[in-house]
Amino acid sequence: MIKLRQRAVFASIAAGVLALGIAACGGDSDEGGGSSSTAIQSNPDNGDVTLTIGSKNFDEQFILGEIYAQALEAAGYDVKTDLNLGSEQIALKALQGGDISGYPEYTSTALTSFFDTPPQDVPNDAQQAYEDSKKQFDDLGLQTFPPTPFSSANAVGMLTSRAKELGVKTISDLQGKSQDLTLYGSPECRQRIDCLLGLEKYYHLDFAKFVPVDIGLRYTVLDKGDADLSILFTSDGQLANSNKYTLLEDDKQVLPAGNVLFVASKDAVEEAGPDFGETIEKVQEHLTLPVMQELNARVTLDKEEPAKAAEEYLKQFGYID
Amino acid sequence: MLVPLASILDSFSGAFDFIFHQQDSITGARIGGLGQVGDFALTHLEVSALALAGALVVALPLGVVLGHRGRGELLAVAAGNAGRAIPELALIAFMVAFVGVGLLNVTIALLVLGIPPILTNSFVGIRQVDRDAVEAARGMGMSPAGVILKVELPLAVPTIMSGVRTAAINIVATATIAPLAGVLTLGDFIINENVYGQDGVLAGAILVALLALTVELALAGLQRLLTPRGLRLHRAAAPA
Repeated sequence: MIKLRQRAVFASIAAGVLALGIAACGGDSDEGGGSSSTAIQSNPDNGDVTLTIGSKNFDEQFILGEIYAQALEAAGYDVKTDLNLGSEQIALKALQGGDISGYPEYTSTALTSFFDTPPQDVPNDAQQAYEDSKKQFDDLGLQTFPPTPFSSANAVGMLTSRAKELGVKTISDLQGKSQDLTLYGSPECRQRIDCLLGLEKYYHLDFAKFVPVDIGLRYTVLDKGDADLSILFTSDGQLANSNKYTLLEDDKQVLPAGNVLFVASKDAVEEAGPDFGETIEKVQEHLTLPVMQELNARVTLDKEEPAKAAEEYLKQFGYID
Repeated sequence: MLVPLASILDSFSGAFDFIFHQQDSITGARIGGLGQVGDFALTHLEVSALALAGALVVALPLGVVLGHRGRGELLAVAAGNAGRAIPELALIAFMVAFVGVGLLNVTIALLVLGIPPILTNSFVGIRQVDRDAVEAARGMGMSPAGVILKVELPLAVPTIMSGVRTAAINIVATATIAPLAGVLTLGDFIINENVYGQDGVLAGAILVALLALTVELALAGLQRLLTPRGLRLHRAAAPA
């Protein structure tokens, strides 16, 4: 925490210097997300506002939580983090109970887990999924901000060598082969229409075996040769700059994709003022799928601290100095 | 005060409904009902029993022999304490490299969890046996094995069994993580709130607690059977 504070002080000084530099150069006062001024400006008025940014309990969430937290800190807010909240149910309760000001959630998760949307009714269109979630979060008294460029989807993956051997590119290609293949996925997958049940029902697949495993093992079981197929996530770091794994195309669109939307309590948004929403929208502009994969790779594979990876992201795209 | 109580009762009725009646999940699966509960409970008992048996095979002879010799206290206590600190999920993930996921993996992970209380308690139980009784047995010409089997072990039954009961409770409670390694126990209800809903999670918790209590009572009964009559009388007389 102390480290984060020091860095924030440094960042705000740096941002100030940068702002001065820009002002001196051309007097360009283009406000509101102009691409010429990506650096986040620190507003001294925000210092009185304390925000607590939360996240769920896996690497991508830690990174996203840190990115939002550090960006808001750069904008001058007094930011605390609570980045290991467990499942979305716990995160939502923390948000509604006022323990956190906001956290990143996936549109597909929000719709199915919070709003009882049957998985087959989740819109494939990102904008539509966002609109639907926004409306329903609104009913809970929560405010959402526009979604990230990247979306994370569940995907059926396998070793590229095995995919070539079997000659499969799409999930449909597994027809007639699935009876000899084992599929590994989260325990939840076994009973979800947007996972195993959907693969069976819509693709008419019948796997030799489905084995539930902790999602942390989704690549281990492939590498070990225990699993022919494993449920992976498209934003996984293991997929960054690597051809080791092949994701089968979901040609019947059974597996859900979800963009990240930042959801916050209306009280927090009101107290924090306009810089809050602007900072969140701005800082996620460069979160495309390859960027998210790369950040995940640094944390999951290279064991970098999520805070460090987030800081690198902010620096690389010029949000902080 | 009344409102929370009412809502708590409401949650429980939902959980009991889940246990007895199969229903549709939002995720498109058929969930709950006695069939599924029975399947999961049986698997839960199976993996727990295997793990407890394995832990007994490893820890009981070791604890008894160390206790009999009066040596290795450091080993018994240190191994016991260290064993408690091993994170089960990490152990399961570690063993994936050697045995994959499945029944064997989960059994070994739970077995490791069962060793510390059995090892420590059997060591302590044997050490605490009245030295006069042991000396008397030796004086009568009993072999070391005879001393262990006919004197020390029976007299240490209450202490050893309390270790076994602790191990059993730990194992039954921790078998809830087994669905993360390919074994569908009652923990599936608890881990997958998105599938089973809050009713399912609470039902799972209730079922695991009931199973743990049942196992505890069964082992308490076994302990009564194994405890020598003289010791039982001694116990009964003690509070008075």
